[in-house]
Formats: sequence, C-alpha cells, structure tokens
Amino acid sequence: MARIELIDLAHAYRPHPSKPSDYALKRMRLTWDHGGAYALLGPSGCGKTTLLNIISGLVSPSEGRILFDGRDVTGLTTEKRNIAQVFQFPVVYDTMTVAENLAFPLKNRGVDSSTIGRRVIEVAGMLGLTSDLDRRARGLTADMKQKISLGRGLVRADVGAILFDEPLTVIDPHLKWQLRAQLKKVHEEADVTMIYVTHDQTEALTFADKVVVMYEGDVVQLGTPQELFEKPAHTFVGYFIGSPGMNVLPAAIVGDRAFIGQHEIGLGAGYNPLPVGAKSEIGVRPEFLRLGTGAEGFPVKVRRVEDVGRAKILRCELDGMPLAVLAPESSRLSGDDARLVADPTQVHVYADGHLVEASRMSGRA
Amino acid sequence: MTLVLDQVTRVVSAETHIHSTSLTLTKGTINLLLGPTLSGKTSLMRLMAGLDKPTSGRVLFNGVDVTGKPVQARNVAMVYQQFINYPAMSVYENIASPLRVRGAPKTEINRKVREAAGLLRLEDHLEKTPLQLSGGQQQRTAIARAIVKGADLVLLDEPLANLDYKLREELRVELPRIFEATGAIFVYATTEPTEALLLGGRTATLDRGRITQFGPTIDVYRQPRDRATAEVFSDPPMNFASIRVEGSHVRVMDRAGRLTVVEFPTIGELHGLGDGIYTVGFRPHHIALERTHARQIAVAALTAVSELTGSESFIHVDVGGERWIALAAGVHEFLPGKPVELFLDPDRFFVFEPDGRLAVAPTGLAAA
Repeated sequence: MARIELIDLAHAYRPHPSKPSDYALKRMRLTWDHGGAYALLGPSGCGKTTLLNIISGLVSPSEGRILFDGRDVTGLTTEKRNIAQVFQFPVVYDTMTVAENLAFPLKNRGVDSSTIGRRVIEVAGMLGLTSDLDRRARGLTADMKQKISLGRGLVRADVGAILFDEPLTVIDPHLKWQLRAQLKKVHEEADVTMIYVTHDQTEALTFADKVVVMYEGDVVQLGTPQELFEKPAHTFVGYFIGSPGMNVLPAAIVGDRAFIGQHEIGLGAGYNPLPVGAKSEIGVRPEFLRLGTGAEGFPVKVRRVEDVGRAKILRCELDGMPLAVLAPESSRLSGDDARLVADPTQVHVYADGHLVEASRMSGRA
Repeated sequence: MTLVLDQVTRVVSAETHIHSTSLTLTKGTINLLLGPTLSGKTSLMRLMAGLDKPTSGRVLFNGVDVTGKPVQARNVAMVYQQFINYPAMSVYENIASPLRVRGAPKTEINRKVREAAGLLRLEDHLEKTPLQLSGGQQQRTAIARAIVKGADLVLLDEPLANLDYKLREELRVELPRIFEATGAIFVYATTEPTEALLLGGRTATLDRGRITQFGPTIDVYRQPRDRATAEVFSDPPMNFASIRVEGSHVRVMDRAGRLTVVEFPTIGELHGLGDGIYTVGFRPHHIALERTHARQIAVAALTAVSELTGSESFIHVDVGGERWIALAAGVHEFLPGKPVELFLDPDRFFVFEPDGRLAVAPTGLAAA
C-alpha cells in the first residue's frame, strides 16, 4: 500500500526546455491516497504514459519529485519501488504452465513455497483461471494470456501499487465486462493503490474512484466519474467523456440566460459578465437535451437518427451548428423539424474553454 | 455490383475455419462481419479477396466465377488494423500510389487524390509524411488510398481497433457517408456490437466459423434468430436464464437447473410455449431497479460488483449462480454482497429452444 505524491513534477524529453510546448508533461502537483483506484485518461500523446513511466521509474523526470509514503523515490529504479506492472500486451512464458507463470514474480523474490501455492490459488480464483492452472501457456488465446499477465501483476501481496497500462485493449468486448468486474473486485479486496492508464472512458470511469483527465501534458480535471460527467471543468473533458461528447455552442451570457443567435436558453443560475474578449460558450450533454412538445424549447433540424439499440442518437443542427441528442429507445420523430429542451441545471458556461461558476441562484431581479 | 459466396468452406489441416457459407453482398451499403476473435471474420475476408482459395464452394463476382483467381488479378483493396502506409512518401503520394502503379494521367491522379483527401479530411495534411500524423489521420490515409484505387471490393479488417476511443467515435460517424459516396462493395470486420450499430448497414454475425444471421444491422440486433446471434450482438453481454414451463407456470431455474429462483404465470407471448425447458435472454438495460409496471417479475439477487460511469451504473449480480448485468441510468451504488431486487419485463424476453433457435421474440418494442 502506498500514498503517492507528485511534487512539482514536469518532464521534457529534449534538453533545455524553454516554452510550455517543450514539455511532454507540464508541472503538476498531485496526491494519490493509500489504496485508491485512479485512472489516467486522455488521448494519444496527452502525457499519460509518460506520467505512468515516471511513477514506475522507467523515466526519470526532468523536474520535481515523487514520494511513496513520504519517501523520495525519484532516483530509485523500478525494482526498488516495490510496484507491480501490467502492460497492454501479455507478458507470459510460453513454456511454463499457468501456475508457474503466476508463481514467477514470487519465486523470483524468494518467497516460500507454501505462500506461493496459496497466492497462486487465490489469484487464479479471482481471475477464473483455477481450472487452467496446469495448462501450458503456449497455445492459449490472447484473452487467456492477458488474464495471466493480470494475475502476475496481482500475485505479490506486498506491493505498494499496481500500475496498469491499457491492460484490456486487446481483449474482446464480452470478456472486457468480466475482467473489468474482476479487477474492480480485486481492488476492493486487496487494499492496494492502483493506477490505470487508458484512452477508453468506460474503462477509466468504471474502474476508478478518481479519474485524472489529461490533455496536451496538462491535468485538466481530477474528479469522480460523476463530477466529470456532470460538471466538466473544461470543454475538452466534456468532449472526451461521454458518447457522444458534450455539445459546446458559442453563446452570449446575460444573467441567467444564454443567447445563441436569436435563441434563448435558460441557465440554472445567474452569471456575472464574462471577461471581455473571452471565448464565451455553453456546454450541454446529449443526455440533458430532450425533444420538446408544442412550442417549448428551441427549433433544430434533425439531420440523422442513429439507432444504437438501447438509445437513439439524434444528429441535429441549430443554425448550422451540430448538436447531438440522446433520446430513449422508444422515441418517435416526424419529419426533420424538432424542438429541443435543455435541462437548465445541466447547462454549463465556459470562458476560453474553462468552466465558469455561477454567481447566484436563478431568478431575475 | 454483387459478390456471392456460394457454399464456400475453408479447412486448414483438418480444422474447419469456415463452415459452408452462402452470402450475397451488394454495393451502396456497408456489410459488417461481427463476431469475437477467431470467429472467422478474417478467414472469410481472405476468401472474398482471393488471398485464400476456398476448400469447396464458389466465389462469384457480378455473376462471374472468380474462385481460383488470385488477389493480384482482382480489383480489391484492403485496410488493416495496423496503419499501413509508405513512411517515406508524403500523404499525397501515399494516396496517389495505386494510380501511379496503374500509370494514370497526372490530371486524373491529382483530381482523384484531392477528392479522396476531401472525403477523409486530409486536405491540410497532403504534404506531410504519415509519421507526422495522428493515428486517426494515418488510418484515414490508408482508407483514402483504398478508395482512390477504384476497387470493386474494399475489405476493412477492424480498421479502428488501434485508434483512441474518441477518434474511433469520429470515424464511425463519418465512415457511412464515405462508403455511400464510393462505388464499391464494402466489407468491414469488427468485434464490437456498438460499432456495428453506429455504422448501420447490414450485419452478418459470426460464431465459430459460421454466419448465424445476415440482414439490416438494427433488425439483426432486435430480432436475432438464435441464441448465438443474440449473444454475439450484445454489449453489455445479454443475460441468460434457464426456465421450465409447466402448463400456465414458468419457473426460472438456478444455474444447476435444480432450484427455482422465481415462479410466475405464463403471460403475453410466453403463453404459447409448450411444456419444457427453455433459455430466456434479456438485455441489461431491460432490467429495472424499481418497479414501473405490474407485469414485471421481481427477482432477488446478490450484488457482485457495481461499476459507475458517472451517468450510468452497471450492476453485476449473482442470481442462482448465473451472472447477470443490469444497466441503469444514473448513479446507483450497491456494495458487493448486498441483496438487490431486480425487475424483469417478460415482454422483453427472448425465449430460445434447447437447440438455440428463437421460440418467442420480445413484444416490448412494438408496444413502445
């Protein structure tokens, strides 16, 4: 178990960085608690793998320090950090049996054989590998091999943290559901800090208590899945989390009203005037727009309806700007004209991409 | 333009990769091959392309038998999971390469490259080399090259699998438009039901080397003809339970088939079932956490794990040894081991015969 602190950490791959864009990882200060489940989420190139490699000791940061339980480990090698790692592609010895593969990290560290036997049985049980323990790894499917890799990451009871780098990328969708649930269960039982790197929002949100959303080397938001969904701190978070992502529209903000061209949308609260010259936008998730009846709401053109089984995605246009709506499975539309109603408590205001807090409760003076 | 597989099989050293398959594909819509790893998607594509020769059966293109014809002699383009481009050439030259090979005139090359680049939003990147591009743009380049080739048949084998989630989402929205604008037969392999639904078109579901169903994508999803199809075309996975019908009563059995989990009268479509043992399947979003109407059947379950995405909750439960997943809007957290009451809607049940054939389809949707 370990509390992990990142103190003024930054990293540039080239020497003498001078401007922000020279940094793969911009300066950050974060603390991760004992036994927490954290995800690092972001697109390719956002710095999440660099950050993971710094934590594991594969990369030495150009600035700042890393503490494990208050101890400075910045200069320590991976072996001295007492962590386990699981990678995107299975790391398995083909000539060994499943049991021998699981036992390997323990044997390597001179753990006694009765403890090894017990841990191998426990971990195999967690991952549904019990009936395969005596099989050779050679010839097993990619899914099975990745389970073994996960098992090897989980088998040491004494590690401070387990780091996962896109562990489910090569797994088929159905098995992903099983493995995610198993990992979650393991975390609940094992009381170990887990850090999980992924570009897949579903994996990040379902796994983690707290998600760190990264974009161009910066941490743009650290929050619970619910916070990220309901109150994105940045339009990037709104776009990146949610399928489809949040709708972001240019709007003029006046008190508790937003004006998009000639259309007016109510906000859940009042806002002070935004800074002069700031890009002024509102964000509303497709989940919080619904089809209006009669004259309520604002008019849109429905360009396309995607039936995705358990819901319909309406691809609309408001004065030429795209707007997605998530409608129930049973929705019926007639023609391509529709009116949309936004849940005012779920319409957020952004200035230059950053969330603006409301100044007062709704209600006009 | 049509591609016909006429009872093709593929057997490799006594192992059957493709069981006898007949399929007719036409242009103007995307044809999806949906199934898990090793279900036969790639094997089938290789037969269509002429990369492999079927062990038996015929491949017909526009009515002409092309069974023995090698891939080089056919007009086929392929896009793979890995981004395959010429790293030393510009994006422009990458897209132009099949036209240059053919010796097309300069003006035609220029026109076609710019057309394809426009369709795939690569206009601003034509002078760059592939490695200066994002993964999404690299794959767009590979797709543009396939389109420019003017192939009769374009095969895409999990083309988005190596892309970030959000880039996949963007391309899934754009691809149907691109396919419609191009006059080729498109075949697209995927492991992901969600991807199939977003792409639309027609879907063939695959299970262990067999096509279980082929039809308009949403129809296959809503009206699977058998259990294998329903299972392949579900994400989260469909929930299953064994039931025993006796007269006017239905008993949901535990996994071992010995104990009764819950008993209810045969209502709605279940009424016509003869006595016997069946399997019911129902989708995770059709399990309710609260009663919303009187016909629902209450089932006592134990929580295994809850997963919360911030907008939805996936509750994995144990019911008589069966593992189900309930999907509910909003945040509902149940701790592991906590009892939870679930409500099933018999109007949403798929009922399968012991041999897997569909016996009763849900009526819930027609009513909705």
